[in-house]
Amino acid sequence: MPPKEVYFDLENSGYVPDDVVDVMLPYFNKRGYGHPAITHRLGWEALDLIIGTKELVAKTLNLANPENLVFTHSGTEANNLAIQGYLIANRDKLRGKKVLVSSIEHLSVIFPAQFVSELLGLEVIKVPVDKEGFVDPEVLKYYVDRDVGLVSIQLVNHEIGTIQKLRDLIEVVRDRNPDVVFHTDASDAYGRVRIDLRDLDVDMMTLSSHKIHGPRGVGVLYVRDGVRIEPILRGQLSVEKLWPGVELTPLIAGFRKAVELAFNNFEENVKYLTSLRDKLLNGILNSVSDVVLNGPSGDERAPDNVNVAFKYVEGEALTIELSGYGVYVSSGSACSSRFLEPSHVLLAIGREYELAHGSILFKVSRYHKGEDIDYALEVLPKAVDRLRTLSPLTPRRA
Amino acid sequence: MSSRIPLPYSPVVLEYFRNPKNVGRMENATVQSTAGSPACGDMIRLYLRIEDDLIVEATFESYGCAANIAAASILTEMIKGKTLKEAWEIKWNDISDKLGGLPPIKYHCSILAVGALKRAIRTYYNEVRKEVPDWLPKNLSTEEKQTMEEEELIERMYSRVPKSSGAENGK
Ligand SMILES: Cc1ncc(COP(=O)(O)O)c(C=O)c1O
Repeated sequence: MPPKEVYFDLENSGYVPDDVVDVMLPYFNKRGYGHPAITHRLGWEALDLIIGTKELVAKTLNLANPENLVFTHSGTEANNLAIQGYLIANRDKLRGKKVLVSSIEHLSVIFPAQFVSELLGLEVIKVPVDKEGFVDPEVLKYYVDRDVGLVSIQLVNHEIGTIQKLRDLIEVVRDRNPDVVFHTDASDAYGRVRIDLRDLDVDMMTLSSHKIHGPRGVGVLYVRDGVRIEPILRGQLSVEKLWPGVELTPLIAGFRKAVELAFNNFEENVKYLTSLRDKLLNGILNSVSDVVLNGPSGDERAPDNVNVAFKYVEGEALTIELSGYGVYVSSGSACSSRFLEPSHVLLAIGREYELAHGSILFKVSRYHKGEDIDYALEVLPKAVDRLRTLSPLTPRRA
Repeated sequence: MSSRIPLPYSPVVLEYFRNPKNVGRMENATVQSTAGSPACGDMIRLYLRIEDDLIVEATFESYGCAANIAAASILTEMIKGKTLKEAWEIKWNDISDKLGGLPPIKYHCSILAVGALKRAIRTYYNEVRKEVPDWLPKNLSTEEKQTMEEEELIERMYSRVPKSSGAENGK
């Protein structure tokens, strides 16, 4: 066992703290384990939990009506429900039209868009981003015409932390075509970047529980009144109008707690995350040579995201090397993907293959302490150095 | 970066990854060869010192994943002290077997290692000895062919994306 363990792989899945686990357990066998729509105490408790959680989430979003929120089993499912559900429900009027997604969307947006569009005879267009991952409003303008039916652009990118200037983009879309439905995947923004639905004119929005230290297996889709979507799963409808089956009350209880924890001290949390992020990033830039930051910096970057390319080394090897020290990260390398292709996000921002292969993603969280960052900064140069001594690409300095 | 989690490796792979043998460039190499490319994310450079037909020393450099480093390292151990003809008989699956098995999508790492070896042997006879023995097949071996295919594939994919991002190049 390594002397210390620091988990930075929060993009892939999060750590669930004890106080979140503790509120989940009673919902398996002590309270609220009944079917939420049935008229007895254990059903009422379940219903109460679901309604109460939606009220809480609505409050965090400045959303007047909690009933505009639907629970799903994951962020992936919420994205699928938004994209597939909208395209299928409106297939007649959308035939032959276009779906715009940014080229750095999560695959749970890109894949359903492509799949359903092919079935229904629509066209998916990937809107390019600049070298920091921003969609340029002037560029978007060029893509939005009367034939666009749906646009999906995420609020924060999950790999490179770009905080999209979404208001400007929505304005462009509304101005060019008021009939467009605008979806945003806010999975990596929620709890870390302020979202105010009175101000942000989106029609649909996705959230995911495990991105804020809630349990995996809870997603939320916001759907504005008047936007027609079809359920993508068929079965007995319960509380949810768009999602059949019995709600996962224990997980929803955990999610509610995670929301409370993220929003109780929102500003301080964000400040703390930003300080950890900058400590880690600056530490890396100061202690390792030939490093390139992926994505924007400062206020334009998500407070929890550090993504850097280490030249001359391959990311999977570095991930395993760091794992030996107890530092857990993920990489943009193609090495574990079957197709030799590195991360589509890094390629979309114009990263060369070599740099994409050597990219490492760290996500900091409020459960990290300064000393966790210190430890990572202590072992990182050693790990990179060892792999660089093995690498034929490392320049030999005489 | 969601689906890019390191694969489960055998203890042998991890041991060779952590403590590779015969590392580094060799100044007095008789011949060197390269397989793969930085764009593939996998590249092996092999250095051989050959006396008569005997491999007296073999070292490597590797840019690539853990399997790549382990495959190159174990290969250098396997060929040291072998004649070139004996070394030519090594197949890619001998490497993965010796490593205690590789996940199927990592087979190409052992292919690359053997590809580098066979390229080195060919280069030695073609360019250093300038005399090709009868036992050396004219046609490319499986490993040489697959190595070339991988390099060409990535070259094709690479040409689809802009090569220069205009992005700042480190510090
Ligand atoms: C931006 C983004 N969207 C959607 C998802 C999918 O969420 P989930 O893991 O809950 O399916 C993720 C998680 O990886 C994500 O990062």
